[in-house]
Parts: sequence; C-alpha cells; structure tokens
Amino acid sequence: MTHPATPVGEKRGLRMIVCIKQVPKAQELSVDPVTKTLKRVGVPSEINPPDQNALEAALRLRDAHGGEVIVLSMGPTSFEESLERAIAMGADRAYLVTDRALGGSDTVPTAHTLSEAIHKIGGYDLILCGEETTDSSTGHVGPGIAGHLDVPQITYCSAVEVEGDRVRGTRMIEDGAETWECKMPAVVTIDFGCNKPRQPTLTGKIRVKRGGLVTHWSAADLNLDPAKIGLRGSPTIVAKVETVQLPDRKGRIFHEEPAVAVSLLLDVLRKDGVIPP
Amino acid sequence: MSGFAHEGVWVFIEARRGALRDVSVQLIGEARRIADRRRTVLSGVLPGWKVEGLARRAIEYGLDRVYLVENPRLETYLSRPFTKVMATLIRKYHPEIVLFGASKNGRDLGGRLHAVIDTGLAADCVRFDVTDEGYLDMIRPAFGGRSLAHIHCEKHRPQMASARMNVFRLPPRDPSRTGEIIRETVEITDADVDTRVVGFIETPRHDVSKIDDAKILVSGGYGLRDPENFAMLEELAALLGGAVSASRKPVDSGWVPKAVQVGQTGKTVRPDLYIAVGISGAVQHLAGMQESGKIVAINHDPKAAIFEIADYGIVGDLFQVVPELIRQLKASKAPPPVPEIPATTR
Repeated sequence: MTHPATPVGEKRGLRMIVCIKQVPKAQELSVDPVTKTLKRVGVPSEINPPDQNALEAALRLRDAHGGEVIVLSMGPTSFEESLERAIAMGADRAYLVTDRALGGSDTVPTAHTLSEAIHKIGGYDLILCGEETTDSSTGHVGPGIAGHLDVPQITYCSAVEVEGDRVRGTRMIEDGAETWECKMPAVVTIDFGCNKPRQPTLTGKIRVKRGGLVTHWSAADLNLDPAKIGLRGSPTIVAKVETVQLPDRKGRIFHEEPAVAVSLLLDVLRKDGVIPP
Repeated sequence: MSGFAHEGVWVFIEARRGALRDVSVQLIGEARRIADRRRTVLSGVLPGWKVEGLARRAIEYGLDRVYLVENPRLETYLSRPFTKVMATLIRKYHPEIVLFGASKNGRDLGGRLHAVIDTGLAADCVRFDVTDEGYLDMIRPAFGGRSLAHIHCEKHRPQMASARMNVFRLPPRDPSRTGEIIRETVEITDADVDTRVVGFIETPRHDVSKIDDAKILVSGGYGLRDPENFAMLEELAALLGGAVSASRKPVDSGWVPKAVQVGQTGKTVRPDLYIAVGISGAVQHLAGMQESGKIVAINHDPKAAIFEIADYGIVGDLFQVVPELIRQLKASKAPPPVPEIPATTR
C-alpha cells in the first residue's frame, strides 16, 4: 500500500512522529527463586527504553530546527500514562489508537495500524521509532511502517541529523558505523542508549494537567479493515510457550574470607578443567 | 492464501565486503536440516555485485540452488532495493519458507519485506522444527529468555523467520558439492535507490569478535562503581586468557563500549567460564549468559539473583576478592612455584 509522501515545508520546521510502546519496567523484573519463573504481577510500566531515546532524538531535532513532535501509540487506555509522560518531557501532543479489536496484534497489523494513524496525522517529515521493544524484541515494526508508507528507512541509528530536505543517520551495525542519507519523509529507528532522555519538566507537567493533548482514535476512526487488524490480521500465532530448563548448577557458594574463598574457587575451577592447572 | 503451491526453503544470503556473512552460513546449515525434513529443495537468494564466487561457496555449504541477482546497485545493502529483489522473487517462485540471519541488515530487510508482502515474520529464532502438520515451528526466547515461544504462521506464505546470530553452528564446507545457479534480473530504478551510504567507519575486527570468541569472560556490573575499576577485570581476564564483558548498566553509563554488552539488548555468549563480578543478575542479563559452561558469581549481596544460576559463588567485597584472585593466579604462574596452602575453614 502506498500513501502519497507529503512535501517538506521549509518554514514550519520539522514535523516528527515518534512511535512509542508502553512496556513492563525491565529493571523491576525478577525471577522467583522457588518457581524459577518470571515475576510479572504488579510490575510498573515505562516507555519502552529505546523509544525514550527516539523521543529524545526527536526533541533535539526540534530544538535545532523547530517544528513539532507528535507521539503515537497503539494499545490499551493505560498507555495514556506513557503518552502523558512523553508530553511532560516535551512532546507537543499525542495520539493513542485504542480499540479492543486491536488486541493480539503481531508486527504486521501493528505496522499497518500505526501507518494508517500516521497517514491520518499527515504532513510528516520524519517517523522515529526505537530500534526494538524490550518486551518483544523484534525490531520489525519500524521497517514495517516504512514498507507500508513506502518511504525510505534508516534503522539502528545512534545519531541523526537533518540538513535541508535530507536526513542522515549513523547506523551501528556489527562491523562498524555506517552513515546513510535519504530524502524525507523517512523512517528512522534509534539505538537504545544513544542519548540521555530528558526528564519531564514542570511546564510539561502543567501542559499535561491542562489536558486536551492526547487524542484517542478507534479502529473505526482510522477506517481500518477488521480483517487486517488485531488477532485476525496477525499472520503469526504463539502456538505454545515452554519454560527453559536451565542446566542444574551446583550452586556452591563460598562465604569464607577472600583469600580462602578465592583459593577454594580456583581449586574447583581447576578440577572442572575450565582454567589451566 | 493464494492458490499457488508453495514449495521450497529459501535463505537470504548476505554478502558483505566480498565475503559471505557468518550468520548466512550458519543459517544454511540449519535450513538444510529443515529442507530435508520437508523433503524439498534448499535455495539461497544472493543479491550483490560480482558475487558469483560467493554463490558457489554457498552451495559448498549446503545449498541446492542459488538465485543470483547481480547489479552494481546491489553492491552494498540498502533497504528498498533488497526488499524489491526479495519481494519480486518470492512472488515469482512462491517458496514455502524464507529465512534470514538476524543481523542488523537482515532484520532491517525482513521487517520491511514482511509488511510489503503481508506475511508473518518471527524474529531472532534460536531453534527451528517442523510440526506434524508440516508448519515451520519458529522458536524464539520470550521475555527475559526464561521461556521459549513457538511461533507458527499457518495461513500466510511464505513462513518467514530470522535466526539469531551465532546460535547455529557453521556447517562443514564440501568443495565437491554441486548446485544450480539461476541468474535473475530485477530492475532497480533510480527511484528504488532512495538512500545512499555516505560513510563507513570500521570497528576493528578484534573488538567486534573478542567477546564472541573468548573461552573465558570476566564480566563487570554496576557494582564496579567506576569505569577505572574495569582495569582490574582486564588484568584478571588477561591472566586467564579471556576477555572482559559487561552488563547493561556499565554500558549505559558509558564506562565500556556497547560491543561488550552481554544480555538481551546486547550479545548472547557461551564461554566455558563466565565470571560475573558485581552483577546482580537482572533477567535480561541472565538471558545473554545462562548457557555458559561454568558460571562464577562474585557479589557482596548473598541474595543477588546471579547466585541462583551460578555454579560457584563468592559472597564478598569484589574489591577484595578480585585483587585476591589476581594475586593467587599470578602466584601460581610465577616461578618458582610457591604453593598456596589454603587455611582450613575456621
């Protein structure tokens, strides 16, 4: 599917749309020592950390070039918390695509739904996404959006700059740093940890309090084809989930004073043959 | 689904700077197994320029057939031209399964392609199987690596997946193996070349591979408190003939480069010995090292999660334990050998 690309306005600055997802806070997750399974109940949420870097990248581009930063998400109404945080951090406004019909989406309907929302927002120069989410780790939605919108993509960027109608991104790939350049509009995905996301400000929080900056859209608002969204529109299913059986380790812990503990440790490691005698 | 009979297993073959990427060769080995299970032909798609030699080499690693798409505009990887090549050939030949290596470029390509041709794509698989119904069972770590999700794509074709790097073993190369090379032409227009590469700074090969190749890893966490304290780990690693890696926090804090990060957002490692120093053992970190041969944890907190998966642990101050390790290892190496007689437990 192809949407007409919108020409870049010279005077109004950059219009950027940052796609974010709300995920369980990674640091708060722990393994139950008895059941050896993940404790997920009551874990607080946060903006997917790479998406925070994408938001920061967009805010810096706005600082440099002017324009606006619009935040977009798809998910339950509880995601509003993250959209409000993004506004408090400096985003101008936000859209939440929320509908029961969207539940169970894999990356195909997710990219499709976000693309339709982006199309409805319109007039964009740059779409920014985090390189991947910490809860699904696919990295497929950003390039999927670029495919749907039929615009260029530059993924895994640790730095992004804009000059005139072109965007330049430095991609951190396995064997080095590769810089790509393309015309806007384009999709860029941002590397986790490449910048330090700013904190929410008091003015930002006041803007959130005043309200009216988060718009909700349903599937009908976007004229989404029910066959192309949610579980029905997802080519993949999770057929089953198996618990990983980790090798049963001896778990011998030395509590002795350092000199003794170290000596005991080196003895067992030599005995196991993992360090030379 | 369309009315075509979908048949054959395909792998995207990634050529980079005149060589086959390891991840592609690893994938050929695994895809060979799947194709044999499905009793079908294993083909590779190799877009590039002047890469016929690599096509032959890929056959020697186990392919039956290579679709070779040569064009100067395909010399280096770019998202749209490569997506066009894959989409065009998939629409022409209707493969049942298409696999990618989960390199950055492999994910970039797969992500765009699956949206364009509207089919499923399972990311970063660590195991594949074929179900009784004949579906590809695409197995990937679910959140935190504590469980494995089996992903199926029943109604859309091709079934597509990417394979995590360095999980599957390199298959042996058989120079006498023969296969078919089919030249394909896919027109790449000016408009298709919508991005250009304007710079490349190579990471020294040593830095790229050092933690992948190391038999012993000494890994530091936030407990080291200061980047300068990593010097102590370097010294320990050098004595053991290993390398230094880190958990996420020291990387986020800019103490050590991202290339040495172990964990869900970093690398998966399987050294013979993994020594975790000042690492509490967040689930995301464990996901990247839990398959190590032996795991040693050094932490002052006896309740730290890292002890849950350690073979051996020392509960103590790492600033005393690590220097002591260095001292005793040096002593055992230094001639004349002074036997270290441990005091009995008091």
